[in-house]
Amino acid sequence: MNAGGHGAAVRIEACGKTFADGTHALEPATLDIARSETLVLLGPSGCGKTTLLRIIAGLEVPDAGGKVLFDGKDVTGVPIEHRNVGMVFQSYALFPNMTVADNIGYGLKIRGMAKDERAARIAELVALTNIAGLENRRIDQLSGGQRQRVALARAVAIRPGILLLDEPLTALDAALRDRLRSELNRLLRELGITTIYVTHDQAEAMELGDRIVVMRKGAIAQIGTPREVYFTPTNRFVAEFVGAANIVEAPMEQGELILPGGRLPAGGEATAAKAIVMIRPETIRVTEVGTGPVSAVVDAVNFIGDRLRLVVSGAAGRPLNVDAPNTVQAKVGDRVGLSIAPEAIRVLPSES
Amino acid sequence: MRQYGVPRWGTILTMSQKSFVWLCLLPLAAVTAAFFLLPMARLVVAGAEGEHGLAGYLAILAEPRYRGTLINTVVLAAATTIVTLVVATIAGMFLQRHRFPGRAVLIAMLTFPLAFPGVVVGFMIILLAGRQGLIGELSNRMFGEKIVFAYSIYGLFLGYLYFSIPRVILTIMAAVQKLDVGLEEAARSLGASPWAVQRDVVLPALAPAFVASGAIAFATAMGAFGTAFTLATNIDVLPMLIYTEFTLAANFATSAALSVGLGLITWLILALARSFSGSTVAAAG
Repeated sequence: MNAGGHGAAVRIEACGKTFADGTHALEPATLDIARSETLVLLGPSGCGKTTLLRIIAGLEVPDAGGKVLFDGKDVTGVPIEHRNVGMVFQSYALFPNMTVADNIGYGLKIRGMAKDERAARIAELVALTNIAGLENRRIDQLSGGQRQRVALARAVAIRPGILLLDEPLTALDAALRDRLRSELNRLLRELGITTIYVTHDQAEAMELGDRIVVMRKGAIAQIGTPREVYFTPTNRFVAEFVGAANIVEAPMEQGELILPGGRLPAGGEATAAKAIVMIRPETIRVTEVGTGPVSAVVDAVNFIGDRLRLVVSGAAGRPLNVDAPNTVQAKVGDRVGLSIAPEAIRVLPSES
Repeated sequence: MRQYGVPRWGTILTMSQKSFVWLCLLPLAAVTAAFFLLPMARLVVAGAEGEHGLAGYLAILAEPRYRGTLINTVVLAAATTIVTLVVATIAGMFLQRHRFPGRAVLIAMLTFPLAFPGVVVGFMIILLAGRQGLIGELSNRMFGEKIVFAYSIYGLFLGYLYFSIPRVILTIMAAVQKLDVGLEEAARSLGASPWAVQRDVVLPALAPAFVASGAIAFATAMGAFGTAFTLATNIDVLPMLIYTEFTLAANFATSAALSVGLGLITWLILALARSFSGSTVAAAG
């Protein structure tokens, strides 16, 4: 695809945002996005991720001192219409007074591209996004999934340096969302445009992101690859927001957690009056009574199909979620042993 | 047993609901028949009862004086509608999109003329641009020449504008409020200049509001009488013509024919405007 490889590198320098009514939507943030990278801004609603996206787009101006650079060039004062960014909105914002083809071609028409050339580019994008046959439809004749594709086609038609997506799959139902997610992933890899993707859905963030920026209350909580964010969260918020997590508070002696159900080696030699650790449910192995370092009682068994989700109590100060293989035989009330690899136990800083 | 009972109850309810709805429409039907259909029919008949019979209707177009008045009225109403739409769209968009001190007062002031009858509007035009008017006074002092236009077609036009603008502004403001800001942002992200955004996105989205409020402005201007009556010395518009034919000349047939003509022509132009903008409206709606 000749739209590929046009990505611009983005640098955000100390960009904060205070709205006219005094709300701090975003603490000053600094961030580098490499050419052709897909960066996901992940966080709950109100965390500032959309504000940051809109600053990069040029729809919001950062507070004084903040700077946005595209390929090293300062674009802070450049309005969105001159930034050459493609944008996909949560509501898609397709023009209801134009056909699908006119929507896709709008940015090209504005740029004064000749009709033939435009038609060729539109045909290319129609093929790329799998919407052949819909070219002359009106927007209100499209399904949600089709609208999403048209919005994407329209955004990439102008061969933007940066593609900005604001929760593009949120308005769709779950099954369609899953399907479009992998399709979108393939497309983004194929296009090679620098992409900034805003979502509150951690599964989306994991699948699409080269790196994930987890945000909370207008500040960046952690930046890392999906694996880093998942396996080595640097604070409790990230641990709980990304994936399922058991957070256990217990004293630690010589690198062993002192739990009500037994002593659990957590690696290292540390000693602390109160340690906070994260244990992912799928890293806990259920064993015969007495064989694991920790013992517990099964409180609930939920068969989810591909796995069993158990809730066990007595091991730690609070009930633990355990994801076990779906072949494990466990009943409510059973006494079981638990074993956890030391490297799967992540000690979190206590102040968060 | 219960299984059989349920659908039967349902049917009975639907039946009585239907007749209930018809019953509710009865007052409307009575009023429509008594005060709309019957007088309309009488009017149409009266128009053909003159010495020329049905040809009385043709006179609206054939007789130069009637035809001239008709053209005057249509042109005046059309000009009023267009200028009102332009002024009210800019004002409505600004008022809906900006918050500033005194905004509520300004909106109240702009929509205040809604409460005035045409006579008062005419009176105000005279105060402004009449022989003793403000503009005349000022121009007299500055250039030694009194500018008076209250009694011309410009005065009438100004008066019509004055009472059309508030109606249209309110409709436009409501429509602007419902605009999806995302559409404008999307257009901008694609490189559209502010002017292109207005042309390609905002105005098409407001088209239904233009048709609806423009229709009201046009129909009001076509039929406005009070202002014309207060101002009219050397202009003739259709409602004035009907009045003079009816009261001064006692020419019942002609005034009836003119009335029917006024209604038909207004309706026809509105229908044309609606179908002309129909595709845009449907697409934007």
